Amino acid sequence: MRTVTVVGASLAGLYAARALRSQGFEGRLVIVGDERHRPYDRPPLSKDFLKGETGQDHLALADAEEIAELDAEWVLGTRATGLADEGRSVLLAGGRSLDTDGVVIATGATPRRLPGPELSGVHTLRTLDDAQALRADLAGGPVRVVVIGGGFIGAEVASSCAALGHDVTIVEAAPLPLLPQLGEEMAEICATLHGDHGVTLTTGTGVATLHGGPAGRVTGVELADGRLLPADTVVVGIGVRPNTDWLADSGLALADGVVTDAGCVTALPHVVAVGDVARVDGSRTEHWTSATEQAAVAAHNLLAGATLKAHRPVPYFWSDQYGVRIQFAGRRLPTDTVRILEGSPDDRTFLAAYERAGRTTAVLALNRPRPFMKQRRELMRATQPVAS
Amino acid sequence: MIPVCHLTDLPAGESVRIDTAPPIAVFNADGEIYAIDDTCTHQDASLADGWLEGCLVECPLHAASFDLRTGMPTCLPARRAVRTHPVTVEDGMIYVHHAAEEGTAA
Repeated sequence: MRTVTVVGASLAGLYAARALRSQGFEGRLVIVGDERHRPYDRPPLSKDFLKGETGQDHLALADAEEIAELDAEWVLGTRATGLADEGRSVLLAGGRSLDTDGVVIATGATPRRLPGPELSGVHTLRTLDDAQALRADLAGGPVRVVVIGGGFIGAEVASSCAALGHDVTIVEAAPLPLLPQLGEEMAEICATLHGDHGVTLTTGTGVATLHGGPAGRVTGVELADGRLLPADTVVVGIGVRPNTDWLADSGLALADGVVTDAGCVTALPHVVAVGDVARVDGSRTEHWTSATEQAAVAAHNLLAGATLKAHRPVPYFWSDQYGVRIQFAGRRLPTDTVRILEGSPDDRTFLAAYERAGRTTAVLALNRPRPFMKQRRELMRATQPVAS
Repeated sequence: MIPVCHLTDLPAGESVRIDTAPPIAVFNADGEIYAIDDTCTHQDASLADGWLEGCLVECPLHAASFDLRTGMPTCLPARRAVRTHPVTVEDGMIYVHHAAEEGTAA
């Protein structure tokens, strides 16, 4: 394999590039990214970066020394538009194409938007540019912010906006935010964090439409039940769509993501997919840790030309809201029961285990990083024999 | 010189954070006492909450790992070292000698 092209220059793409080099790939390495920035870390964008406590220079995922060590050709600010010739040619916006022997698909995902005309003051948050635009919009003093969607992005943005002194309302269409991730009992506890910090949470009602003023700026959010929430700024956090449009004619199987086996390998053995865009062994995850773990597995299999390694993770994610660190690991089913192992939900600091037939399936912690880590380790050890 | 706690209050495998500025984490790694800057160089997380294995501590957030003896990261995502601080034990009491502000960190 003489040339490998990594399409996507964020966390998953960078980790794949690193893994290829550390696993001995000495050929030509090309990294294509549609953003003009070198790889940066996205989790702080909704937290410390939005609050102005972290600058852009602290977001870099690789320093100058490592960039040099990677010895890659960076094609930034350029979107890939197609994958042709059975995955041997990456087509770029502007008409260029790159001949390649191997491809890592790491194009991530794009936030879903609300239908309707574009209004200024309405934001999504995925990229550094998005975060800068939102930060600028919030810089003029306290405003009324409506956050649509109470998932992780929504909750973190609400928390950051509240810390900045804004008047914040979250609109969640489901009966509770984070219900599919945490289950009712624990989702209810996490939802109380918003009220604890003066943020209004409206649940069980979706958004009907956004209202705009004559200048084309948002003025309010109309809910499905007819209520109108006045808003100066709106942040939409209603999930993402994997960036697979450019692969429509590639021949690869696409189904809410690029379909791969457990080793991140597509139907073409020289094309692998990692991160938010990849549907690995039937599931697509949008977690930081999965992206990094998949990259190592994918690089291994790409260089081997076959699936020799599989990614069988214990899913893990965390979220920082209102000074509370929420951490979750494992795979829970809706029928699992929950047991508090230590601490107390009333104090917003506890460790809880999800259990099924006497076995722990998942763990959740609020502000208990140390015991959480121990439990997470045990879950990883327990699933180890399954991994080949 | 900052008093930390009695040696008996920090059994092997345990750690404690002291609220200096910046905070310092003190570890008992199988009987040896080490002190390093508490905040992971990758992202805001307390290494005193980390997973201790031998002379390595793993960050509780992203699994970056640091060598307690040198402060050097042993794997990604951390690339920069944490500062190490000298430790002494006198009359059963652990003391940390705060390294100068321009310390060992690159």
